[in-house]
Formats: sequence, structure tokens, C-alpha cells
Amino acid sequence: MRYTPHTSTDKDQMLRTIGLESIDALYRHIPESLRERAKIELPQGLTEPAVRRHLAELANKNASAADWSLFIGAGIYHHAIPSAVDAIISRSEFSTSYTPYQPEVSQGTLQALYEYQTLICQLTGMEVSNAGVYDGASAAAEAVLMSRRLQPSTRRRVLVSRALHPQYRAVIATYLRNLEGTEIEEIPFDAAGATDVDRLTQALGDRSMCVVVGYPNFFGVIEDLAPLRSACAKTGAQLITVTTEPLALALLKPPGAWGVDIAVGEGQSLGVSMQLGGPGFGFFTCQKKFVRNIPGRLVGETVDSHDRRGFVLTLATREQHIRREKATSNICTSQTLCTLAATVYMALLGRTGLRRIAEVNAARAHETLDRLVGEARVSRLFAGPFFNEFAVRAAGLQELWKRCIERKILPGVSLGRWYPELGDCLLLCVTEMNEREDIERLVTAVSS
Amino acid sequence: MEFPEGLKYSKEHEWVLVDGKTATIGITEFAQEELGDIVYVELPEVGEKVVKDDPFGAVESVKAVSDVYAPVSGAVVEINDLLPDNPETINDDPYGDGWMVRVEMTDMDDLKDLMSAEEYAEYVEQRKEEADEDDDEVDDEEEEG
Amino acid sequence: MSPPSPVDPQTRREAPRLLFESGSPGRAGFYWPAEEGRGRLQIPAALLRDDIPGFPELGELEVLRHFTRLSQRNFAIESEFYPLGSCTMKYNPKVNEAVARSAGFAQLHPLTPVELVQGAMELLHRLEGMLAEISGMDRVSLQPSAGAQGELTGLMLIRAYLGEKGNPRKKIIVPDTAHGTNPASSTLCGYDVVQISSNAQGVIDSATVERVMNEDVAALMVTNPNTLGLFEKNIQSIAEVVHARGGLVYLDGANLNALMGIAKAGHMGVDVLHMNLHKTFSTPHGGGGPGAGPVAVKAFLQDYLPVPRIVKKDHAYELAEDYPKSIGRVRSFLGNFGVLVRAYTYIVSLGGDGLEEASRMALLNANYIRKKLEKGYQLAYNEPCMHECIFIDRLQHKYGVSTLDIAKRLLDYGFHPPTIYFPLVVSGALMIEPTETETPETLDAFCEAMLAIAREAKDNPELVKTAPHSTPVSRLDEARAARKPVLRWEPAQSKIS
Repeated sequence: MRYTPHTSTDKDQMLRTIGLESIDALYRHIPESLRERAKIELPQGLTEPAVRRHLAELANKNASAADWSLFIGAGIYHHAIPSAVDAIISRSEFSTSYTPYQPEVSQGTLQALYEYQTLICQLTGMEVSNAGVYDGASAAAEAVLMSRRLQPSTRRRVLVSRALHPQYRAVIATYLRNLEGTEIEEIPFDAAGATDVDRLTQALGDRSMCVVVGYPNFFGVIEDLAPLRSACAKTGAQLITVTTEPLALALLKPPGAWGVDIAVGEGQSLGVSMQLGGPGFGFFTCQKKFVRNIPGRLVGETVDSHDRRGFVLTLATREQHIRREKATSNICTSQTLCTLAATVYMALLGRTGLRRIAEVNAARAHETLDRLVGEARVSRLFAGPFFNEFAVRAAGLQELWKRCIERKILPGVSLGRWYPELGDCLLLCVTEMNEREDIERLVTAVSS
Repeated sequence: MEFPEGLKYSKEHEWVLVDGKTATIGITEFAQEELGDIVYVELPEVGEKVVKDDPFGAVESVKAVSDVYAPVSGAVVEINDLLPDNPETINDDPYGDGWMVRVEMTDMDDLKDLMSAEEYAEYVEQRKEEADEDDDEVDDEEEEG
Repeated sequence: MSPPSPVDPQTRREAPRLLFESGSPGRAGFYWPAEEGRGRLQIPAALLRDDIPGFPELGELEVLRHFTRLSQRNFAIESEFYPLGSCTMKYNPKVNEAVARSAGFAQLHPLTPVELVQGAMELLHRLEGMLAEISGMDRVSLQPSAGAQGELTGLMLIRAYLGEKGNPRKKIIVPDTAHGTNPASSTLCGYDVVQISSNAQGVIDSATVERVMNEDVAALMVTNPNTLGLFEKNIQSIAEVVHARGGLVYLDGANLNALMGIAKAGHMGVDVLHMNLHKTFSTPHGGGGPGAGPVAVKAFLQDYLPVPRIVKKDHAYELAEDYPKSIGRVRSFLGNFGVLVRAYTYIVSLGGDGLEEASRMALLNANYIRKKLEKGYQLAYNEPCMHECIFIDRLQHKYGVSTLDIAKRLLDYGFHPPTIYFPLVVSGALMIEPTETETPETLDAFCEAMLAIAREAKDNPELVKTAPHSTPVSRLDEARAARKPVLRWEPAQSKIS
């Protein structure tokens, strides 16, 4: 049988050692009423070529970025991933290793995670990063939960910007739904597509726990964090930023420089392929003074008994396997292979490359918007500054959509499904993967 | 193992030094040895009320957390500022520099329930014997799954 | 500067410097020309940064060499045997990797209109059905990112269901042998934890459950086989006790690798379970993720499952959001699709019979090790084991050698240690799960190493207590790491301050 190496001689000899006459005897202590109905009614196993054929058939029914022009972002981004990234994460020494609980034989993973934590701190300008969480949405929820641990029990109102990714808002709501006394209030966005600071200021008070905003937000708009920070500071609420497109942080003033308390986001953009939205990883950073309340794994530097530098998982008493019901979180995975991909990606692009690619994204996105507005009778929806994503209003959206699909173009996502008042609006994303001719084809399809 | 005379001891392995209404509290040598290398100490704030038999702080080793229970009720008047940055002080000098808090007691009767050095030594001996029977050495734990 | 000298074997094994400690200003492992004059950037200067201080400046080969050398400082399934109890470190088939990397799966945007990703939807819909069949349950959600998120999701379903009936209740019963995630997930779901003990045979009695089961208890969370590697043979009567008082039964499916084709959760009285695809269904652990933790339920709970759900309508698949009773979303998009593709590939590769054979061989391998190691180690429970067995360090104690020492010494023999000191109720536990993909020769070599260590513990305890001796680093000072946490590299200058 595939993947089980036992010959019938092996089985006989092993049974003899154990002192049993048959494999069935190994589980005869399980009640018969369970055993007799346990057969799995699934087809016979397939040969490897048959498996490949079957899966290829399924794969071929999908519109992949290999054949289509994508102008979709909204949380997952199509970027160039150097071949070296996949070469490293394909190494079985990384992919088939376990969580590094035995540091003597896990220095590879541990050092890479330490480098990851450092890179994310540098990119976000924050003081401390954990080793990663599931995804950006659960990172946002974990950030709110951390704020709940840090703030007094009189502060239980969470103010969430309506310009935060709608799925992230949904996940925050799910995580909070059973925690007594914690309420969520949504703060509207203004005409520029940014969180409405006046409305936020009105909503803030001595019961406010934290404020959660996107940076850039779901509409691609770069929030000005200065007034948000000072509004929070005045009332004692914590400021949490959520970044779905961390490439933007190579160009933008990072959350740390704005004095943000907790900065989280989705890291897929940094070297992980889209994979229909997962797995990527959530990054989680905060100010150093909160470190003992951080969820998830942390890697720290130390020395071995010969005084050589080494790395270990540390501050583990926060975690579920030790503190159980009092743990900071139930999480026990850190998406390590995905954070490794991001580490290799950031190391390759480096100080100049990451900024270069961010500039290319911004330039192409701005060019595309200019051309669409100039040539294609669409209008820019929000005046706020943006990085590589922007929203437009377009008449005859259905027709436009059809024309694009015929040309194998995915022209962004329709905002109406999350914002009924924006039913005729599209959110577009332009990256370095959208070459000049793709942009040309998009403009033609939209304008014809 | 040392259990100085003149201190009072609790079943949760805290010691108390009484001076008038002020009680200085720490954990015993037995407790620090059971825990191993102490890496973090969580202390209450000055002014906070502590209640007899309720946890008022915690000590952490690399892979375990232990609550520290108040042997007496009262208000915290002083905490040991040395500990947050030097938690190993508890390992090195549990009855001296490793003290944790000073409490202004509200009920002197609380002291009645505590043990003398001799009684505590016996209590620890018993615990050790039980532990040997159970082979109950919890020095470390690892993650699974 | 010291003159160059030939590399001795020890130096070769030295750690590579950190990414930030090598390189040269202006160097990059990436080429992309500047695109001047394309588009007017309209971002105010106040929102921009100048630079990312400290970021690496390395060439492509430098980066590759760095990570290749790091990889050589890891143990991994493809180089070492990993008998980690409760972790199911089975072989991660190569065909899964090849399939998952194809453009038709890897290069899909999650917001592509559903009619353009019908192949992906078909795969997910089929996988839901397969997992339901394997576990004997009715409906499956593939959304949870990992086991712990599956637990949280499952408990939320229970809470939503009970709440709908009028009282969400207050408590979850969790055995003392449970994974730490069980109580942690319960807290996150707003429940208090009631811990119960297993009996002298290492399993739960229905009488024990009866004593704590009342109208305040929402559910019992149970792992079967439990973390002692023992089948909870009273599970059906326990479920009856819980159901009789209006509670539900949650099964932690971490140990499903012992049960495929042998017993189905759905027949045990289980109402909700999660499965760890990175354990039972062969997707790689990746050094700590990504995983996937699908949740399966009985039909009466299906309305509460996370949205969106994949539904089949006239030969086409749709994503349906309209379930008013749903607990909502637990993560972005549809789950860890890349992991789900690998698990699906594994299941179609093995088929129903192959999965059953996998579980049977997992049991055979575990019982074989159990028998062979009895000669040098004491069993925690003298009961028939399932896919894993647990020994303790009692026989080694008199020489001052503990489980931790045995684990570290195994590294010198080229084996990853078992899971140690877990479950917590077993003092000095060595929890061994070989999985079905290992040959008897490997098991023999492992057992011989374990028995050699048992002899060393007696004849030369110091050797064991100071192990490992052959790894890239020796025992690390974990206390130092925790006392003054250094969690990131910083330039020497700022380090002083």
C-alpha cells in the first residue's frame, strides 16, 4: 500500500514480537458496535499518474494568474516571487521539520524566525514581533483580545473603522461574540475614503478600549494616523493598525513611527503565493512593554553551554501548553513555512529592492487610475492618497465586467457586496505583475 | 535545606517575617528549588489589598507558572523593586534579598494558621516522601501535537 | 585580521551570521529597473518614509547559501525519524507538493468570481464529503486554519446552538490528559473549565462524568484515542450521560490517525470534532505551520457553521453566505486552501482502503515499539495502546537521569526525541508515536538507541545528563532567554542604550 512500507513478512514478524496473531487483534478492545460500521466508503486509491491527471483536471477549471490579468487585491496580492523563495521553502529540512521545541536540532528554523521577527520590526517600525499567527484577520482579532487583556475592565468598547477589510471586521466580531461586555462600534469613513476623525472623536470616551483602522485601509487609502493617534491618546484608547498589503510599508511611514500600540496584518504579499487566500500568515507586532501579553510564539537569543549564540522559543509561559485556560491565546501554530518564505523574500529584495518594487507598484497604480479616469469615463471614488489600490465609480458595471472577463481580465472587486451604497464601484489593485500591455488592455476593455 | 527560625511558613510555601503589623513575604527555599531557575516575578502594586489564601503574584520558571498566595490579609506597603529585573535573586537568596512584598496586616489572627520553622520542615519532608512515592517530579513540560 | 586557515569540521558547523551582519550597502538579490515617469505619485511627503534601517543588503547566492546552511541545522522527517507523540509526523508525500504548486491552485485569487474557480470549489466540496465519511459526521467546514482554531469554532457552534435553545451554559468538562489548547479555547469561547481525572487504566469513567455533569455544562471535550494512546472505550456511555443532561460532546481529532476505518467519531455519540490535516492527512508541519483544522458536525449543528459555505446547485458550485444562525467567519477567505489541496491529494491517493491500512500500520508500529522498549523502560499504563505508547523515566531516576536527559541523548543517536512531559498527568512522560510510514528496521534502530541510553543511564549517567554532544549547539540557556528577552537583532549602537 502506498506510503506504508510493511511487507507481509514484516507484519508477521512484528506480530510475533508483539505476541498477537493478527493486526485486527490490536484493536479488539474497541467496542464491536463501532468497529463493525467503520469501513470508509471511498473509492480505491489511485496511481500517481492518475492522481496527477485528476488534480490537473480540477486545476484546469480555474482562472489562474498564469492565464489571466489580475487587477484584484483586497487582502491578497499578486506579486513577483523570486524562484529562490520556493527553492528554500521546498527544502525538506524546513518543510518537514516540527515546531522547534528541541532547540539543539532546530537552530535553522529558530534563527530564521528570529530574523523574521527582526525584519517585521524593521518594516513596521515596531519594537516587538511574534513569530506569526494564522492570517491577517485573526491577527486583528488577536490584537483586540490583547488590548482587552491590557485595558481595565471598564474599557470594553472596540471602535472599528468601517474602512477596515470587511472580512476582518467579521472575524473580530466572531472572536468577541462570547466575551461578556465587549461591544463593537463601527466608525464611518469620510468623503476621502479615510476613517472619519470627527465621528471617531465623538465616539471615543472613557469606556473605549481600542480603535482598529486599516493602514492602508480596505479602499487602498493611506490613513493619516497623526489625528487618530492623538484622538486615542486623549482618551486612553489603544490604536491598532491592520495592514493587508505590507509592501506599502516599504514606502510609507511605518506604524511604529506614528506611535501605534499594536500593528498587525496579513503577510502573504511578502513572498507567499495567493493559493485562493491561504495559507499566508498574520504578522503581529506591538510596543515592547506589552510583550508579556503577546499571543503566539516568540523566538529569543541566548547562548549554549559552550557560550555559543543560539536561539530558543521563549516566554512560553504565556502559551496554552503551559498556562492552559489562562493562556494569552489558544493558538499553537505560527505559519512557520510561510513566514520563512517572507524572510527569504525580504532578504532577497532587501533595503533597496523592497522599496524599488513598492515604488513600481505605486507608480503603475497611479498611472492606471489616471488613464482610466482620462480615457475610460470612470471617476475616482475617494480623494485620499493611495498606494497600489484605489476605488472607482463606473457606469454600466455589469457590461464592463463582461467585456473584461471576455478578455481574461479580472478588473477588481465590486464593492457593492460589502458596501450597498457603493453598488456601482470597483476596487482595483495594480502591482508589478501588471505589465504595460495588461494596463493597456484593461483601459481598452473598460472604455470600449 | 534551610528554614530559618523566627519566620512563619504557609502550606503554599511562603514565608512571613513579622515586625509589628508589617509582614514581609517571600517564597521558601523549597519552593524556589521546586521551580528551578526563576525568570519572571509578577508583583502587586503598592496600595493593593491582598487577601489571605488568594494569589497576589506569580513566579515563573522557563516552563511553569506558580501563583504566590498571600499568607495574611492586608495592604501592600512596599514591593521588592530588585525582582522585576533580577528574578534570579529569589533563587540566590530566598529569605533575604529575594523577599517579595511588605504588607500592613489587617488581622493579626491570620498568623495563627501559619507554621513554625520546625513544623514546616516536617511538612516539607512529608511532601518529599509523597513525591518520591508518586515519582512526581514536575520539572519541565513540553508541547505536543 | 587573522590569516586564513583550513576549515576544521567544527567551524563548518558554526551558525551563519545573521542576515543583518553580512552584506554590503547597495547590494540586492533582486533586479527590477526603476520606472521613471510612469504615473504621478500623489502621496504627501509626510506619509512617506526614507529608508528601512537595518534591512539586509545581500546578493541572491549569499541569501541562498545562508538559508541552505540554516536548513542543515535542522532535524526533519526526511532526514531523521520523528517519533513525536500526538504529532503524527508521517511522511509528507512529494506528489502533494507538486500538485499544490500547479498554477491552477497556487495562483488563484480568492476573490475571483466563483464561476471561474469551479475546479477549486469541486475539490473543496469533495474534500468536505470525504472528511465527513471518514469521521462518520454529516457536515464539514474547511475554514479553520489549524486545530486550535477548529476547537474554538466547534465550541462556538455549541454555544450558538445552546444559546438558541435558551441557555448557552457556563462550563466545559476537560480531562486532565487534554491538550492545552482545549482549556485555552474554552476560555476564549467564554466558558469555564471543569477538569476531570482519568481512572487507573488511563481512561475516563462515565461515573466521573456523571458526577460533574449538570445543566451548567455545555460540553465535554474529549480526545480519542486520548493523549495516553488509549482508546476511550466508555465513550458511548459517556456521551449518553452528557446528552441526557442536554450537553454536547466535542471530540479533539488530534489522534484520528489511529481510527481511520477502525471506528468513526459519528458513531461514538460525538456531535462536533476537528481534524488536524497536518497530522492525519500528511500535509507538512513546516516547522510550526501552516496547518488546517476542519470542523465536522452532526446535521443538527450545520446551520451554525462558519460562512461562506460551498453549495452545489445544478452541477455548479456557489459560495453561500445566507445562514443567519452561523457563527460568522473565523478567518479571511476560505481557509488554508494550499493545505487542503495536499490533504485531498493524499486521500485520493490512498482511497478508503489505503486510509484504513495507514491506521492499522500506525497501530502495529506503536505496539511493536511498546513491546521492544518494555525491556528498558517502564510503561505508564499497562493497557493495549493505539497509535502511540507512553513510557516513564522511573527506572532511570535512581541514576539521576530524567526524561529530558534521555530525550537530549537521543539526539546524539540521530533520532528526534518523543514528546516529553506530556500529558501532564504522567510524571516524566516519553510519548512515542512512530506513524505508519516507518519501516520495522527504523523502529529497531530507534529501540536499540533507547535501550543503549537506558544502559548508559546506569553505567555513565553523566554522559546522558550532559547530552547532546553531537548537535550544532549544546543545551541552551533558556532561563537567560526568558529573563532578559532579546527578540530581535539591533545594530550594536542601539544595543548599548
